[in-house]
Amino acid sequence: MTTHSPLAVEATGLVKSFGEVRAVDGVDLAVRSGTVYGVLGPNGAGKTTTIRMLATLLRPDGGSARVLGHDIVSEGEAVRGLVSLTGQLASVDEDLTGNENLILLGRLLGLKRPAAKARAAELLEAFGIAEASGRLVKNYSGGMRRRLDVAASIVVTPQLMFLDEPTTGLDPRSRNQVWDIIRALVAEGTTILLCTQYLDEADQLADRIAVIDQGKVIAEGTAGQLKASVGSGALHVRLLDPDQRPEAERVLGRELDGVHLEPDPASLSAPCADADRAAEAVAELSRAGVSIADFSLGQPSLDEVFLALTGRPADEVPSQQPAATREEQTA
Amino acid sequence: MSTSPTTPAQPAPMAEQGALRKALASTPRPPRPSAVSAALTFGWRGMLKVKHVPEQLLDVTITPVMFVVMFTYIFGGAIAGSTGEYLDYILPGILVMSVLFTTVYSGVALNTDLTKGVVDRFRSLPIWRSAPLVGSLLGDSVRYLVGGTVIIVLGLILGYRPGAGIVGVLAALGLVIVFAFGLSWVFMTIGLVLRSPSAVLNAGFMGIFPLTFLSNVFVKPETLPSGLEAFVNVNPISVLATASRGLMEGTASAEDIAIVLGTAAVLTAVFAPLTTRLYRSR
Repeated sequence: MTTHSPLAVEATGLVKSFGEVRAVDGVDLAVRSGTVYGVLGPNGAGKTTTIRMLATLLRPDGGSARVLGHDIVSEGEAVRGLVSLTGQLASVDEDLTGNENLILLGRLLGLKRPAAKARAAELLEAFGIAEASGRLVKNYSGGMRRRLDVAASIVVTPQLMFLDEPTTGLDPRSRNQVWDIIRALVAEGTTILLCTQYLDEADQLADRIAVIDQGKVIAEGTAGQLKASVGSGALHVRLLDPDQRPEAERVLGRELDGVHLEPDPASLSAPCADADRAAEAVAELSRAGVSIADFSLGQPSLDEVFLALTGRPADEVPSQQPAATREEQTA
Repeated sequence: MSTSPTTPAQPAPMAEQGALRKALASTPRPPRPSAVSAALTFGWRGMLKVKHVPEQLLDVTITPVMFVVMFTYIFGGAIAGSTGEYLDYILPGILVMSVLFTTVYSGVALNTDLTKGVVDRFRSLPIWRSAPLVGSLLGDSVRYLVGGTVIIVLGLILGYRPGAGIVGVLAALGLVIVFAFGLSWVFMTIGLVLRSPSAVLNAGFMGIFPLTFLSNVFVKPETLPSGLEAFVNVNPISVLATASRGLMEGTASAEDIAIVLGTAAVLTAVFAPLTTRLYRSR
């Protein structure tokens, strides 16, 4: 039944409710084969629920989706045969060793015992966990566990890989290692659906991005398109003295629309496309006696995209190292 | 912070790029494993856990030893007139009790599994849907076997002499394990319905404890009030204990054995599909 669609994932109007809560409320997605597609949103936006429906772990309440040409409800078995899932909680068995985890999965995917052993050794070597292969996973560091988790997803190469927040809770070095693995996977032709709450992660890895909030896709496009949709740029100003920010906000507000106070108490920004107007605004600040540490006119960040789309910052969760979160799984 | 530039990734320090690329290169997908092979693989997983956490076996070894020794020497004289006579009566009973108590842990272990991400991966694999459950029960059956063997060896040391010899003992042990396999599905269902491992443990023992004591495991039903006696006589655990005694002594009735096997079959037929469905949808 495989239609040779260029789309690896084609979802229309997916809905899933948990009791009163509509965790996913009509999500449409179109993911081209061979690309990385980012699903970006804060905790509780519905990312994990969407991924779990597409991986056939949850049955949608409404809408439909085809994964690699197979319907996720009526052809779940075929879907499971082509995809792999790396869940938000590391999807490996903590009470087994890394080596045993990979052999277990190899066997469950149909490899004979010697082939499963050889594949496990190869992956452990390639992912830099060979030395820890005989240790129980519960004693692994977060980065090692994540790498093992990704390795477990490619014991047999999937056509489509679901990655749910692969770098949540990792230090920057481990995060870069996981990113490198993801890039290498894409280079080998694997399609990846990546859920993330990190804007820079989507920006770094994804060819296209869907921004999701409260169960709905609120914007879709390339990182560049999303940035362009909120205006071509923004003026960022950082003050020497945070106490002067109310004054700076008032002055800037006269010159430019949509002044936004940044999380940094000394910073503020405003959408602005025109360098002359930006220069004028900075000059006004100076004339009003506001001391400026630095200022820049640049492309909007995805943070600003999110703010423009939802009217609130994405970082109600901290954007760097939040504690591992369960997200809407518990909803 | 919104102005902070995104850091370009550095080359992976953890592995040579060549090895990484080779490992990632697409491999042909093998045919999916048979149902039996998948279930046995999950059984192997259960065995590995016992290997890494051998303390797991304590509950199936220490507790029954305590029960045998305590019941024989504390209650034996009072109940049966002598400890030796009571040992003959109670040893098959304690075999039944200790193995059935262990079945509760099947539900507890399943519930514990669910709190971890690994179940999502199992459920996203193209395997027989019941394989993780059947496999873990196969692993548990080994625990039942260990627990049962400990009791029998202890009984032999204390002077228990089964009339039907080793064959009878093995037959009784086999029957108890088959029944335990059926009963485990009930606790697996409970393990999927309740929220926490300790809730499963409590609910499980709230069920199995009175059912075991309201059987002929410890005392002869004739000594009970008539209403209670009637219940004890139809309790499947009584039938199992009677059949086990019979097998060990060489006096088992085919009817008792048939009732035990039938009960195990019915429990499996009802609760195995229910458990599988709950496991899929949870």
